[in-house]
Amino acid sequence: MTAHVRLSRRSILKGTGALVVSVAAVNLGLTGDGLGAAPDPKTLGSWIALHNDGTVTVYLGKVELGQGNGTTLLQLVAEELDLDMSQVSAAQVDTRRSMNQGATVSSSSIQQAGGQIRMAAAEMRQELLRRAAQRLTVPVDKLAVTRGRIEGGGKAVSYQALIDEGLTTIPVTNKAPLKAPVNYRVVGQRISRVDIPAKVSGAYTYMQQVRVSGMLHGRVVRPGGQSAYGRAARVLAVDESSIADLKNVRIVRLGNFVGVVAPRQWDAVRAAEQLRVKWDFQEVLSGTSGLYSKMRSARTDDTVMLAEGDVAKVSAAHVVSGRFHGPYQAHAPFGPSCAIADLTGEVAIVQCSSQDVFALRDRVAALLKREPQSVRVQYVEGAGCFGHSCYDDAALAAVILAQEVGKPVRVQFSRANEIGWDNYGPAHVGEVTIGADKDGRLVSYEYHGWHHGWHIEESTEELALDKPVRELNKGPGSLFVNKFVTGGMYAIPNRLLVNHAIPGLEGYLKGANLRAPMDLHYTFSSEQLIDQLAAAVGLDPVEFRRRNAANERWLGVLEAVAKAANWRSRASARPESGDVVKGRGAALGTHRASMGAAVADIEVNRKTGEIVVKHVYAAMDCGIAVNPDIVESQIVGMAIQATSRMLLEEVQFSKSEVTSADWATYPILRFGQHPEVTPIIVKRNDPPIGAGEEVLPAVGAAIANAFADATGKRMTEYPLTPTRVLATLRT
Amino acid sequence: MQIKVNMRIHAVDVDPDTPLLYVLADDLQLKGPRFGCGLAQCGSCSVLLDGQEIRSCVTPVSSVANGHIVTLEGLPQFYARAKKLPEAPALHPVQQAFIDEQAPQCGYCYNGITVKACELLSQNPRPTDQDIREAMDGHLCRCGTYPRIMKAIKRAAVEMQK
Repeated sequence: MTAHVRLSRRSILKGTGALVVSVAAVNLGLTGDGLGAAPDPKTLGSWIALHNDGTVTVYLGKVELGQGNGTTLLQLVAEELDLDMSQVSAAQVDTRRSMNQGATVSSSSIQQAGGQIRMAAAEMRQELLRRAAQRLTVPVDKLAVTRGRIEGGGKAVSYQALIDEGLTTIPVTNKAPLKAPVNYRVVGQRISRVDIPAKVSGAYTYMQQVRVSGMLHGRVVRPGGQSAYGRAARVLAVDESSIADLKNVRIVRLGNFVGVVAPRQWDAVRAAEQLRVKWDFQEVLSGTSGLYSKMRSARTDDTVMLAEGDVAKVSAAHVVSGRFHGPYQAHAPFGPSCAIADLTGEVAIVQCSSQDVFALRDRVAALLKREPQSVRVQYVEGAGCFGHSCYDDAALAAVILAQEVGKPVRVQFSRANEIGWDNYGPAHVGEVTIGADKDGRLVSYEYHGWHHGWHIEESTEELALDKPVRELNKGPGSLFVNKFVTGGMYAIPNRLLVNHAIPGLEGYLKGANLRAPMDLHYTFSSEQLIDQLAAAVGLDPVEFRRRNAANERWLGVLEAVAKAANWRSRASARPESGDVVKGRGAALGTHRASMGAAVADIEVNRKTGEIVVKHVYAAMDCGIAVNPDIVESQIVGMAIQATSRMLLEEVQFSKSEVTSADWATYPILRFGQHPEVTPIIVKRNDPPIGAGEEVLPAVGAAIANAFADATGKRMTEYPLTPTRVLATLRT
Repeated sequence: MQIKVNMRIHAVDVDPDTPLLYVLADDLQLKGPRFGCGLAQCGSCSVLLDGQEIRSCVTPVSSVANGHIVTLEGLPQFYARAKKLPEAPALHPVQQAFIDEQAPQCGYCYNGITVKACELLSQNPRPTDQDIREAMDGHLCRCGTYPRIMKAIKRAAVEMQK
């Protein structure tokens, strides 16, 4: 984002002639970098500023995470304002200036934030057209706009010429007409991403490369991996003499939080590795191997999420059931989290890669015992993180260190900090029973899911403040077993969904949202049983899904992927002879809104247990694809990540701590292992919805189904490692 | 101590054990090489040392004092010298191919990906798919852009033949 910041709002206000439509300085309370009120979302100028060169700046609340929304959101604005892409840019996301559009999660950027920004652009266009009609004495319906130039009746006026006409605050009415899809000329186009040229040339500034004047380098000192959430290892002793040879290093300790700070980065790195700290571990975790039995026997808080019809009364001709297990998985961003805190001025400034700068601002304020208005959090893009990784943790660590040393401090997490102290996607146990009638129609579906909720406190807070931590296992923000992913793609008259919330404070790892949260678990369980049921009925798995698809959109995405993959009917598994056997599987998947479908071609080596995913076909219906090239890029990325998560990824832990700490102990899919991917967009005129999560669970389940197709055996636990594969093949 | 980076000699005042990465990032303020693991596992910090890709996060600066380092920023110049072009293009053909294929997502790993791909094509102008897979296997991409990287390297190879 940094590369594209055109003007800060403050400089716009001060600028000569460049006037923001309707933004009154009083309204924004911007009297400098000091305290000020938040911009008013009901005021148009809070969203978009029009400059005297005819360009606009958009104050998005959603951040570019590498998924391309920094481009797609601008496409929506360019479309509604009839501007070229070169005339629109986004301001840096900053709690001082940006609109609070909530966290950049759940594929919500286009669906929710996109709607808001689009409406603001439409309101601005409407107002400009109204003023142009007066100026030119031409009725609005006789005016047309090209690149911000309004023409009609042989006369013309530019947008910027209308700025000086005493415009005052324009309220956002939410009533301005939006363009009809048939008139789109920017939306739906394969427009090149605005951030890529600087990223490939080396000119782009990632968070990890930001430097501020007078800054020191900080590192956190922690055990290799985290202990149970809420039961963090305690410091027994810090041996300062262990780093006596390193001059200029300062040790900072607050409760069980230990950090080191030094003018030179290498000194901080060495000090963090070298400093001897005696930790008191508690053996309260299950260890990786004991996890699922501990979860399944936990005292749970049960909630019926959906009860349609009566599954107990159905007598189905064919019934299949099974129990499935999925592990903790890490976000593991390629560049570990980094943040800079500067508390030397009146306002505390934190630069970081948080997906929710507004929530972080409030956490920093609470940590510093300040008012939120005296904290400013600025977003700078880091490495793609796919959910709540350690970015807030690093930011809070920087704040503590900066407070202790009285200078700006940059904290760079190590690889071990990032993988060993992540907020993992929680592990899951799913028990599913599905029934079909003799004609192959689904008649009953029952899903019971066990997992704990999202854990709220960051490790820095837990270590430093030593206060009771909290879990979010109820309500919004915690993902329950839900009606969308568990069977929602099919028309089923009787459905029972039960969420068994595990007490996450009783000896589990820290959990949070990881791309397509819980969906890979649900789909791995549910879609494998759908295949088993198809086999029981004697139908091809795609034909079985075709007969039971919930609606035409699910049918559309299924047909699209079947066609691209040239799917041929395969009514039952046909294991081949030889060490290496081939399999093909299909599956449907979603997160909340968009529809995903996948076909995977794999090879299984029955001697070594190794699986190679050769080709993935993945289709998505996300309504109008605002930028098809970016949607295809997302589909490809999801297919690769799904392969990685299905084959390789599992957080390892002992009874006292996490032992996954690097790319050797937490392997992800390597270049040499990657499948070919064929992305397919199902063309629709429905409103655009999220495109960053839905295909991932479908691909994971398609790989699992391909395994059964190849070997005739079912994998009930992932990742599908050679050890597990060989154990399954021996059964 | 002096080091030669992107055709320029820089005097740096650092502990000789300091990994090259921190000298490039902190002292020279270069934005190509970047921290990923500090363990030579991921390729985030890669640079060329006399034309060979190395991991700057585990390479003491003192060990490269006699060599010539090329970072992401210096690749167009590196290409121009190898091709004996009168002046450096704005981008190395590999970089241009990454734009043409719209390959990166977050782009953080593209420093190492680009450096490695340039090394590959400088040594093997017509790589097969398998050559590319083997050469690039030490470079991880968390966003999962491998398929577009593959396409881009092949595109660049064709471009560089012209």
